[in-house]
Amino acid sequence: MTREQQDEMLAAVGVNSVEELFSAIPEELRLKRELDLPAPLSEYELKKQMAELARRNADSGRNLCFLGAGIYDHFIPSAVKHITSRQEFYTAYTPYQPEISQGVLQSIFEFQTMISELTGMDAANASLYDGATALYEAVLLAVRYTDRKEVLVARSVNPEYRRVLYSCLKYSGIIIKEIGFLGSTDQGKKSGTLDLAQLKAMINENTAAVVIQSPNFFGIMEDIKAASEKAKEAGALTIAVCDPISLGVFEAPGNLGTDIAAGEAQPLGNPMNFGGPLLGYFAVKNPYIRRMPGRIAGETTDSEGRRGFVLTLQAREQHIRREKATSNICTNQALCALAATVYLSLMGKAGLKEVARQCINKSSYAYKALLETGQVSGVFDSPFFREFVVRPGTAPGKLNEILLKENIIGGYDLSVEYPELSGCWLVAVTEKRTKDEIDLFAEKVGRICREGGNA
Amino acid sequence: MMRDERLIFEKSVPGRIGYSLPADDVPEVDLAKTFGEGMLRNSAPALPEVSEVDVIRHYTNLSKRNFGVDSGFYPLGSCTMKYNPKINEDIASMEGFSQVHPLQDPKSVQGSLEVIYRMDRLLSEILGMERVTLQPAAGAQGEMTGLMIIKAYHMSRNDEKRIKIIVPDSSHGTNPASAALAGFEVVHIPSDDKGCVDLAALESVLDDTVAGLMLTNPNTLGLFEENILKISEMVHKCGGLLYYDGANLNAIMGIARPGDMGFDIAHVNLHKTFSTPHGGGGPGSGPIGVVKELAPFLPVPVVEKQDDCYVLDYERPLSIGKVKSFYGNFAVVLRAFSYIMTMGPEGLRKVSEAAVLNANYIRKRLEDVYDIPYNRICMHEFVLSAEKQAKNGVTALDIAKNLLDEGFHPPTVYFPLIVHEAMMIEPTETESPETLDAFISAMRLIAEKAGTDPGSLKNAPKTTYVSRLDEVKAARTPILRWRPSSK
Repeated sequence: MTREQQDEMLAAVGVNSVEELFSAIPEELRLKRELDLPAPLSEYELKKQMAELARRNADSGRNLCFLGAGIYDHFIPSAVKHITSRQEFYTAYTPYQPEISQGVLQSIFEFQTMISELTGMDAANASLYDGATALYEAVLLAVRYTDRKEVLVARSVNPEYRRVLYSCLKYSGIIIKEIGFLGSTDQGKKSGTLDLAQLKAMINENTAAVVIQSPNFFGIMEDIKAASEKAKEAGALTIAVCDPISLGVFEAPGNLGTDIAAGEAQPLGNPMNFGGPLLGYFAVKNPYIRRMPGRIAGETTDSEGRRGFVLTLQAREQHIRREKATSNICTNQALCALAATVYLSLMGKAGLKEVARQCINKSSYAYKALLETGQVSGVFDSPFFREFVVRPGTAPGKLNEILLKENIIGGYDLSVEYPELSGCWLVAVTEKRTKDEIDLFAEKVGRICREGGNA
Repeated sequence: MMRDERLIFEKSVPGRIGYSLPADDVPEVDLAKTFGEGMLRNSAPALPEVSEVDVIRHYTNLSKRNFGVDSGFYPLGSCTMKYNPKINEDIASMEGFSQVHPLQDPKSVQGSLEVIYRMDRLLSEILGMERVTLQPAAGAQGEMTGLMIIKAYHMSRNDEKRIKIIVPDSSHGTNPASAALAGFEVVHIPSDDKGCVDLAALESVLDDTVAGLMLTNPNTLGLFEENILKISEMVHKCGGLLYYDGANLNAIMGIARPGDMGFDIAHVNLHKTFSTPHGGGGPGSGPIGVVKELAPFLPVPVVEKQDDCYVLDYERPLSIGKVKSFYGNFAVVLRAFSYIMTMGPEGLRKVSEAAVLNANYIRKRLEDVYDIPYNRICMHEFVLSAEKQAKNGVTALDIAKNLLDEGFHPPTVYFPLIVHEAMMIEPTETESPETLDAFISAMRLIAEKAGTDPGSLKNAPKTTYVSRLDEVKAARTPILRWRPSSK
């Protein structure tokens, strides 16, 4: 506003100065100086400085990425960004006024449908912050539904998710117990899958839920059906954390006895963004629909009988129920959900299957190529999706450091979260990698290990 | 506009594709042999089979049925729907930021870590706090994080009996919901006749079982809690901590700071105060700042600077752990960081000054036609009541729906709960006087019709893609997804 306009407005309000507007703030609380912040930059200067900062990152555009561990470097079609860049979507807020929010509401309804279809569940919500918090919400639902206090979580569930569970449930009275995986010791089977015998031994009438991830953190497909049968016998719910891309070829958890499917949908058209924003999905079978957390879009009709969409089942939510709400969640990740919806529309039935198949073929090829160097050994003996564990001759930390100098972002060092897998390396290969790139990667890993990690 | 009510699934044509994928140039794995038939899908998910142009047209048409800040005035109280500068979008989509994996070696992500570290310093200064974590994904998660810190703090002092969190009756619904989720008992206290915390009521609930008080300041009526120093003294004296709900920070940047008011923890909604777009309901970002004594409890990792290198510090024994994966909604943080860098200290102060002036201007120009229950100089927003109009059968909801036909996004309605027929108006600083005048005219016109021809207001909106929707039906017989059989 111009100076004249400001004066006119002040006069209309009936005050003499801008300061007078703040007279309710006690004098001793007024900041008597300017904030100690850098002087403002022009748009051009900002862009230059930020570009300089961006250059200090090794991004997957300029480097070959073989890192996964829950966040994946998948191909994103250009059309996704063009749709999510439409201001009507990205500058709007939560669709409180459905008559002017049909765009977001319908896209959420389509997202809910796609997630339900992928997971084989009856309904899904409008999304949650990320896979870790989606799992946390799933555990809360199970505990409330069963009125039981113990949760059995596979140790092969993403460690980042387990960390969130431990932190957020610390004072809740909910007890988390971990079920190990086969192959964590030198003896016995090396499948890398959930120890079903241990599950059988640990599950009892206090168990609210069994949490299983498939593909698990090591990329290995789990037997969800076997776990869910055990859970059902004990009256516990089964929570499955599934990768949405893998569901292009693998059986939906909903057809394997799962009650709640929750996890991370970032691989569907969302960039890695240094870990945020991500996209938690949450889908359930019928009995749990009214207990779902977060926003839900539903179909209805307008006063002329035409189809339309609204936020629904709001009696669960914080703005109505306050401390009795099923969750404190106010927002969803609508724009990330839109990206996933556009991605899945573009991919369709055939495309999603093709992406999943390429992940299997290319990761399998990479596994063999690494073993063929003679410098890398296998750890587990189960088939995997997109990601696998190996033990390279050179420690993963050192190996990654040298690879980075050669423009390769190496795998995840499992020693950090799994002392029992010290020296093991989790390598991810998406459809973006070509045979030549994989060959180059294997060749470099082999050479570095042969040279004993002396670059 | 040509109506096309079909869902993307209803546009599907078997065999049509809209993708182009890299070549599968490695040997094919036999899925059945490798994984076993039982592991594979029996039937494909019912995803649409459409072309790229089908997808683009479908979602472009959907976007036209949506209203964003760029479409027009969006005075949604408590949500701070200010304009989102375009440069911030460009910066967030720089490949050097967007195509970076969170588990890379910290040495290979120094640019991003520097942004996190500097953002911590910037927000700490704005809030008057010691350290800020950017991990919480939204305001509600910031609240949850803050409450976990309050819990951890009391437990670390072996003060286990502190089980209560006090919230005013005018607070956001997330406050009590977050407190309950963090394992606290919620105690509501009433507001006094000035719309502020009732000190006597507060006094009566303060004892050694109180863990803390959650407060928005300015509060949800848009009024500054003038007794804040007294309140913080009272709560601290009984051993409790003070939590600042930062939803309304847009009113006081560079003018007053939560830390100086005695708050121990404060969250910020980057998607409100710091201009990051709301995304149709997210992603947001809800960093929290804490005073020095609480810094050891912050979630891990904390970004620290060692010599000239930024590192991720996980070795923090008192930390509450993690509330979310990784380091928060980094792409949102980038936009907010860019915003602060372009505003500077004076710019931010002027933001708050203009936001407050704009709100008062609208308040003053509407006070003769609408009831304003706490009618005095407000901060960045104010709450009016449609009670006068309701006597003629025109509710706050009707007024909201009529505003749609006038081309405006309506204010927040029916909140805070302590005002009947509430309409909470927050114009923000980015609106011109011309826009404010147009909105005022529309509101006055509606008020006039409410007196002369109330019936004419009951059928709005008439110009939108759909008319009023049956929410009762939606909740009673929920249809939450399309099913292939329903084709």
